Parts: sequence; C-alpha cells; structure tokens
Amino acid sequence: MTDTPAIELKGISKAFGPVQANKDISIRVMPGTIHGIIGENGAGKSTLMSILYGFYRADRGEIFISGKKTEIPDSQAAIRAGIGMVFQHFKLVENFTVLENVILGAEEGRLLRPSLAKARKTLRQMAEEYELNVDPDALIEDLSVGHQQRVEILKALYRQADILILDEPTGVLTPAEADHLFRILDNLRSEGKTIILITHKLREIMEITDTVSVMRRGEMTATVKTAETSPEELAELMVGRKVLLRVDKKPAIPGETVLSVEDLRVTDDDGVERVKGIGFEIRRGEILGIAGVAGNGQSELMQVLGGILSGTGRVRMLGEEIALSGARSDGRSRRRKSIAHVPEDRQREGLIMEYTAWENTIFGYHDDPKWRRGPLMNNAAIVEEAEGKMQRFDVRPPNPRLAARNFSGGNQQKIVLAREIEQNPDLLLVGQPTRGVDIGAIEFIHQEIVRLRDQGAAILLVSVELDEIMSLSDRIAVMFDGRIMGFRDPAQTDERELGLLMAGIEGEPGEADWKAVDRQLEQKTAEVAAEKGH
Amino acid sequence: MDFATLLQIADSTIRLGTPLLLACLAGLFSERAGIFDIGLEGKMLIAAFFSAAVAFVTGSVWVGLLAGILSSVLLSALHGLASITFRGNQLISGVAINFLAAGMTVLIAQDWFRQGGRTPSLSGGARFEPITLPFATELIDVPVFGPIYHDVISGHTILVYLAFLAVPATWWVLYRTRFGLRLRAVGENPAAVDTAGVSVVGMRYAAVGICGLLCGIAGAYLATALQAGFVKDMSAGRGYIALAALIFSKWRPWYALFATMLFGFLQALALRPDLIERATSIRVQVQLLDALPYILTVIILAGFVGKAIPPRAGGEPYVKER
Repeated sequence: MTDTPAIELKGISKAFGPVQANKDISIRVMPGTIHGIIGENGAGKSTLMSILYGFYRADRGEIFISGKKTEIPDSQAAIRAGIGMVFQHFKLVENFTVLENVILGAEEGRLLRPSLAKARKTLRQMAEEYELNVDPDALIEDLSVGHQQRVEILKALYRQADILILDEPTGVLTPAEADHLFRILDNLRSEGKTIILITHKLREIMEITDTVSVMRRGEMTATVKTAETSPEELAELMVGRKVLLRVDKKPAIPGETVLSVEDLRVTDDDGVERVKGIGFEIRRGEILGIAGVAGNGQSELMQVLGGILSGTGRVRMLGEEIALSGARSDGRSRRRKSIAHVPEDRQREGLIMEYTAWENTIFGYHDDPKWRRGPLMNNAAIVEEAEGKMQRFDVRPPNPRLAARNFSGGNQQKIVLAREIEQNPDLLLVGQPTRGVDIGAIEFIHQEIVRLRDQGAAILLVSVELDEIMSLSDRIAVMFDGRIMGFRDPAQTDERELGLLMAGIEGEPGEADWKAVDRQLEQKTAEVAAEKGH
Repeated sequence: MDFATLLQIADSTIRLGTPLLLACLAGLFSERAGIFDIGLEGKMLIAAFFSAAVAFVTGSVWVGLLAGILSSVLLSALHGLASITFRGNQLISGVAINFLAAGMTVLIAQDWFRQGGRTPSLSGGARFEPITLPFATELIDVPVFGPIYHDVISGHTILVYLAFLAVPATWWVLYRTRFGLRLRAVGENPAAVDTAGVSVVGMRYAAVGICGLLCGIAGAYLATALQAGFVKDMSAGRGYIALAALIFSKWRPWYALFATMLFGFLQALALRPDLIERATSIRVQVQLLDALPYILTVIILAGFVGKAIPPRAGGEPYVKER
C-alpha cells in the first residue's frame, strides 16, 4: 500500500440555486479500503457522488485520482478514470441478458459477437475471483434483486473500475443477500479495489468499513476510523444532537382483541394469489410487526385491510365482521370503524402532492361535520387545526399553506401520521413508516407509534427494515410468498432466524451451510419470480 | 380460384404491402429507441409529394427519391426536436406532423402545378420501372416455380426489393451490432445507456433519422412506383396501418414482414371482389372489403391480438435523474 490516496477531493462545492448541496468538501480515500459515507437525506451524499461520476460538475474544487488531478465532465470520463458506480436503483435493461447489460457501452467494436465472447470469458474469471456468480445468459428480469446487483458490480469491474461507489446497496436485499454482498466487497478490498459505501445504516458502516465520513447539511462534519467510533457517536454527528437508537418502550400490556383475521386471501388483477390464506389477531396495546422481503404479500395485506383491494376470508374488527369486497369495502367505511391507515407509498396513496398541507391533513376525514359550515367547508377551522397538528408532530417548515410536494420525505410522512394518529383510532395500519426518513425523524415517528399503542390502540406494522420491525414490534410475523412463515417474540429471536424465515426457509440450517442457504434462496426467489410472470 | 389468379393476388399483395413494410420498419427503429411516432403517415405523405414533384421537374426519379427522403427526414428532425430535445409529448408532435404534411402538400402542389393539389402524371425516367429479374422469361415454363418467379417475384420496382432486403438488414443491425444493442437499450432503459457513457440523445436522433429515411422511401414508392404522381392524401392511412402492424409484430422485423403482408393481402383482396364472390358465392360489398384493413387495424390497436409489450421507455422523454 502506498501513501497516495486512490481518491482525493479538495474543497468541492456545489450549489443548486440558493441551496448549497456541497460545501467545501474534502476527503482522502486510501487504495484497498472501504470508506463509508453516512448522512441524512439531503445531506449531500448523492450530490457528491454524482460529481464524482460526472453527472454534475462542481462549482469549485478539485478531484485527484491516484494523485493525478482529473476532470470528470461526464460518465464516460468517470469510467475512463476507473470509477464504477452501483446505483440504488439499478441501471439495467430488464429484458436484456446479463452479458448484454455488461457490454452495453463498453463494446469492443461495431459487431456484438466478439464483445459477447470476451465478456463471457471475463465474467467467468471474475465469478471465481470474487464470488460473483451470475448466469451470463439469464435475462435481468428473471434474476433476484441480489443477483441484479451483482450484475451492476460486474458491469463496473468489466469497465476495469478500481474505485467502486455503492449507493445504499442493501436497501433492497434480504439479510442473507446483504451478507453475501459484504463478502464480495471484502474480496474486492483484498484485491486492492477501493470502495465507497454510501448508506444510512449505521450497522453496515460499523460492520465493513475501514474509515467513515459523516455528512450533514452539505458539509463533511467528520472523518474517523471505524474502529475508533461507535454507532451512537456517528448518529450524533449525523443529526447534530444525541439520538436514541433503540426505541424506548415499556413491555406491552395487551388487552382485548381488536382485529382478528382468518384465512385471508387476496388475488391480484393478473389472477395471481398474493395473500394465501393467512390468519392472526392483534390486541389493544400491542404492535404486530410483519417482516418480509418486499413483494411477498405484505402490501396486499395492508391494502385489503385498508379497504383499497378486495379479498376473501373473515376479518373482524372488535368482534364485528367487516366486508372485504363490494361497496362496503373502501377506505371510508374502514375509517368509520376506527381503522386508520398510513399507506406504504405516502406520495401516491397517503397524500395529494399538489395540495396544501392543511388540505392533506383532513383527507379521508373531510366529511366530518366539524369541518363543515353549512354546505361549505370551514377552511379557517381546518387550517387552524392543521397548524396545531403540524406543531405537535414537529413538521418542518410548520406552514400549512405549503404544497405537500415541498416538504421533505420525513415531513411528508409526519403529515400523514399526524392525520391518522390524531384520530385516535382503535387500529392503526402503518406501512414502511420510516422509508426515506432521516434518523432524527425516525426516532420521533417511532415514539409516536409507541405512544398510540400505550393509549390502547392495536397496531399493524409492515416494514422491510428488519431493525425497525425488531425494535418496534411486540410480536413479529414473517411473511414469505403470501403466507405467514411463523410468529416470533422479538426478545427471543435474531436477525438470522428472521432472515431465514424471510427467505422461506424454516428451521435451522444444519452446520450453518450458508452456500446451501444461498442456493435455496435463489431457487425460492426464482420460483416467486416465475409465478409473478404468469 | 385458379393458379393464375392466386399469383395475381400474391403479386398485388407484395405491391401493396411494400409501403406498409417500409413504414413499419421505420416505426420499428423509432419506437425501439423509445420515440413513439404516429407521424409515419405525414412523413410518407410529404415524401410522396416531394418525390413526385421533383421527379416531374427534373425528369429523374432518383433525384425525386432523394428529395422525398430529405423532406421526410426533415419532418423526423422536427419530431426529434420536439420530443427529444424539448421533451414534448410524442403523440402530439406526431399528430401535428400529420396535419402539417396533409395541409402543406396540397398547398404547395396547388401553388406549383395548379392541378387541384396534385402533381402532373409521371412517366418515363420520372418513375420507377419494374425490373425483370434474370431468367424470368426463360424459366416461365418450369412448372409451378416458373410462373411464381416470373409473375410474383420478378417484375417489381427496385424499391420493393429494397424493402424486402431491409427486413434481414434491420434484424442484423438490431441484434448483431453495437448500434442495435444501444438502440434497443435506449428504448428500454435510457438511464442504463446514459450511465454506461453513451449519449441517449444521440441514439434517439439516429433512430428517428433512420425512421425518416425509411418513411421517405415508402412515400416515394407510393408516388413514383405504385402510382404515377401525387394526389391529395394518397397515403390513405397507411401510416396508421403500419403502426398497427408494428404492434401486431411485437416490434420485431421478421414479424413485421408477415404483418404488413397480411395487410397488403387484405388490400389486394379489396381490389378483386369478384374473386371472393366466385369462391364463396356470397356477394360482399366492395366497401366492406375496402374497410377490412382498417377494421383489422382497429382490432389490433384495441389489443385483441395477444399481449404486445412495447419498449418500456417508449413515449417517455428522458430526464437525467439526480
């Protein structure tokens, strides 16, 4: 190892209009190390990486690659400089094969045949070297997300990248897939590649990085050796104040049964059964968390309970059966039964983005007589109420006349939560409550959910974040392929066990044979993918 | 129905299917790159006019063809400017081009030739002449093959052969070259092409340019080969039929050949109502036969013919993500 950093940024600044996205940022990343960049949404991580990959040009500052000053005006230049990027949302052509995706833009000549042959050979070598196994002739759309991500890494390596930037790489992976990814990254590091890992997950930073930089409001607040820091310290550096990483909650005192579900089934428009006969109960003062990899029926479960989809089966709310299809099964009749719903996709189902915050704070409850003045809406009263809600939920900026679009993701989520929680529902359905939400706001949202539980509400929580499920739930149900694989007590389970259940594997794998688990996982994902295809 | 009539129908099928085939392949290039183009009709029309007009004035059909292609490519560039550079709505731009062509051709024709919006009839070197393939007359006595070779395969204009050669050529370009790979990619996921360091805008303009070229040949064929001169609205919905054929063919070149020939066959049938009457002894209204290709178009566009998955990024202007 030499003393020349693989990448060195000096005084990088970038402004979008009045917003200073990056302020005088400098980092040095040594070759053969993994460097983490952590920060809240909007802290400027993505902007910085976009500058490094040639999407934006910095207003000021210099980039040095292996000690040499380098201009990166476009992606082509970044590739030439040996920089590869694995985006959070994969940039793959879905109906192309792995090989075709790998050579796209890096073809040898005008004809495809020689390029494909060369790529096939190179891919085989890389598969052995780094545990990056992917079938070169498979179509991308038939691959699991984990494999698609490997294709992205292969793409970068095929372009002879020495520096690999990964943007939130584990957001879409199962725990087992994430483990495999980390093994790959570890292999790459030992081969001398330099890796920059952008993430908001403190655990990953602690697990794999050598050094870590923290960004806040466009500035780099600290760069430390991972071994010499702690999650608590990093969280504080990110947010600028002390943050509670564990949810502070008392043990649950479950009361009467609020929701009971028996043999619930949901079939989608293509005739595929998404929820395959599940049953559970939730009691007052209890949070039931549904864990699972996205797309295993959790969304459909939420939507049918929220009255958005139709299904079959028996669902009783406080002993009274509720309709699962037909005219009596819609969001409004659910709300009348005191079921509040915070949808998974807040921008499409939770809010009307073009409408103001105050209008958004009453949707679904807008026919409440208290907002009426004769035949008209009592706008003044609604605005006043909205101001109160926004203050109590710490929505920033606290201006009810702003369109929902103008709030950050976390604040949009707080508007939805304020609307639903302040109804004091008997049952709260809440999906992905902290997706795309900053660590500071996560703490607040979790506290609000626990507070509602302590007031005696029953809560059904769906989240793909295993950490969130484990820290918030009083009981955990794991869903796989439309079924509940089992219930667990969060105090008596761990990520590994839940991860296996999430992959549809019951019981402990003998001798911890992880290769076998990987294979089984691939097979299961392929089965699910095949089924979706029909 | 005897063998001779069958050959006649096959011959007309090719004649009438050719402009559809060229337009369909034009649309294929454009739509595979993610630019929907309902302006095929307008481009054919303007090329038909300019090829006929210039061929008449210069007396050379080749100069006419060039003029037709040029006019069509110019309209393509306009569509590109609206939908690629300015990220406008591709459907609206296409419709505008159709209107523009329909109005402009008649207006200019009237101004130049004063014959009620048509060009004078073309003859001699101002028209594409049928080509007799080698040995066509010598082989005519060979049973079955001879007449097929002489009556159906031989005796078309050069543009017909060009159109048929364009099918394997398109397939080869699309699936065997770097250009084709990038073209298909840009219609499926432009972000993948962009991050791979290839210009999305450049690829799309190239595709739209090829579309203009092929539409130009299709239009020139109408006015200087199939017929002898331009008349008002002579494309007669062929651009839309070609679009239907494109969907029917699921954006694939060989399927496009079969789809357009099916439409050509229906148009050929409409020319011979007597045949149907003889074969089925039912009197079929000529108008109904004339309407057949259009009815099939509606059926296809309404999605009755299986599930056709268009290029995924089709119709969407590409905006670089942050």
